[in-house]
Amino acid sequence: MTAGTDQRPLLSTRALTKNFRGFTAVRHVDLDVAVGSIHALVGPNGAGKTTLFNLLSGFLTPTSGTIILDGQDITGKQPENIAHLGVARSFQITSLFDNLTALEHLELALASPTGLGLRFWRSSRTLRRFRTRSLDLLDKVGMTDLADRNVGEFAYGQKRALELALALALDPKLLLLDEPTAGMSLEDVDRTIELVKQISAGRTVVFVDHNMHVVGSLADRVSVLQQGEILVEGTYDEVRTDEKVITAYLGQAQ
Amino acid sequence: MSTDLETPLPTKFDVSDFDPRARRARSIRRLLLGTIALVAVLGLPWWVYPPIAVDIAAWALFAISVDLLLGFVGALSFGHAAFWGVSAYSAGLIAQNFGLPFPVAIVGGAIAAMIIAVPIGYLAVRRSGIYFAMVTLAFAQMIWFVANQWKDVTGGENGLQGVPKSFFGIELIETEAFYFYYVVVILIVAGAWLAWRIVNSPFGRVLVAIRDNSARTRALGYDVEKYKLIAFVLSAGIAGVAGGVFAISHGFVSLQELDWTTSGKVVLMTVLGGMGTLWGGPVGAAVIVLLEDRLATSGFDGIGIITGSIFILCVLLFRRGIWGTAKNLIDRARAGYAKRRS
Repeated sequence: MTAGTDQRPLLSTRALTKNFRGFTAVRHVDLDVAVGSIHALVGPNGAGKTTLFNLLSGFLTPTSGTIILDGQDITGKQPENIAHLGVARSFQITSLFDNLTALEHLELALASPTGLGLRFWRSSRTLRRFRTRSLDLLDKVGMTDLADRNVGEFAYGQKRALELALALALDPKLLLLDEPTAGMSLEDVDRTIELVKQISAGRTVVFVDHNMHVVGSLADRVSVLQQGEILVEGTYDEVRTDEKVITAYLGQAQ
Repeated sequence: MSTDLETPLPTKFDVSDFDPRARRARSIRRLLLGTIALVAVLGLPWWVYPPIAVDIAAWALFAISVDLLLGFVGALSFGHAAFWGVSAYSAGLIAQNFGLPFPVAIVGGAIAAMIIAVPIGYLAVRRSGIYFAMVTLAFAQMIWFVANQWKDVTGGENGLQGVPKSFFGIELIETEAFYFYYVVVILIVAGAWLAWRIVNSPFGRVLVAIRDNSARTRALGYDVEKYKLIAFVLSAGIAGVAGGVFAISHGFVSLQELDWTTSGKVVLMTVLGGMGTLWGGPVGAAVIVLLEDRLATSGFDGIGIITGSIFILCVLLFRRGIWGTAKNLIDRARAGYAKRRS
């Protein structure tokens, strides 16, 4: 068995189900993610990966089932509350603030747990107290030289890197990454793999990706979803050679 | 990736913090703008008929309150007449019944506007885009209806008449509008300063984030609806100061203050002046109030046709409004100048 599987799970779902007007996007999912592991969710388009992510981060409310984070039931909580409990997520489609600089993004993320954001009577200069930490985070993803630029002018790969820094700024227990390498060139993919490895030290990560190279290099455990259900779960090598998985991806053999 | 720890921190952010020339240019620009604003605020009643100057000041602040939501939260309120009007009636009633100095009545009106904004905002901020506009409009119409029916208090169609302008024992009469302006302009400037403070605060930063991408803001742990509600109530309070000033200045309050056309007019001013700038609203307010005054005194009664045409032209040709377009031209000229020099 791989390391980590016998540890207590940081995240568990039980019979997690989401219906959209009769269509079941996620069906009876029991998922356990061990503390400190990197867990990949793979599956063909429409398998329910992003819906599952939205359920885990509170953007959707499950139809039934429960989500337990670190022993606490977080089912049905609002996204902002789940974020405060230590779950950070990135989005599949790059999702940033075009009129803010990279530095301002990180200041915003770092200010989030402090309540400073509500002080409409204070100068925005008070946000400068987060500058050193913001620059550290930008340094981690290799972007210090872009600190003062508006994110609207960033190249795609730079935006994805900033997404990672932003998720990291919340110092999460659990990091949810929705297709961190989507639409990237080969070099950028390798850079991102290194980056995710680096930032996942001491954290638990759940990610979705279509690129099997990424999944193979990062994941301790892989869950394969098909039509909203977990088809197979195991290590990358176990899953890769599983007949059900091959059928799901390539269709029924003759 | 290979950022060396030895490398000094980049100096590109906040260029002006490091480059003395850029810093000097910025302070000159600020000084210039500040001087123009000061001269405009202090000189206004010398150039235009003082009661009109008060109207411009009140509408300017009203437009700023709308821009706070439209330009910085991305929410178009089409019911801001509710806050302007509720404050106008409340300030008028306070001044009439309690004989309090008018600045106190105006502040009281603003508080009334904020109180009424809590339930309206609570329901409205859960919607966005056209639905937000419709919810605000619906509530404003409801308040208009209540004011129309509740004749004992509001005077119904006759309005609230004979609102005194008492100022710590002194009764200001119509001819003293010139001095009245200088008293109320303090409240107007305070309201504008509050809007500026809000926009340039950590709270304002969160508002811009919500405008750009509200789902992402939530994922960072911000309760988006709470922030929008606070912004809504603050905006209502600023609109309330403006409405109170208007009511006291005119000495009476009519149903017109709660009418949907009042909401439309202030949006027109904001868009014409340039939304998302705060400075644009006052420019738009000055243009519209002066234009209406000229047209009314010349006996032309199709004012709506003129302001409507201006609005259409503005939306088609100058999307950034007067202030935004001017700023854009100046920025471009400066960039061109810098390019030629280097």
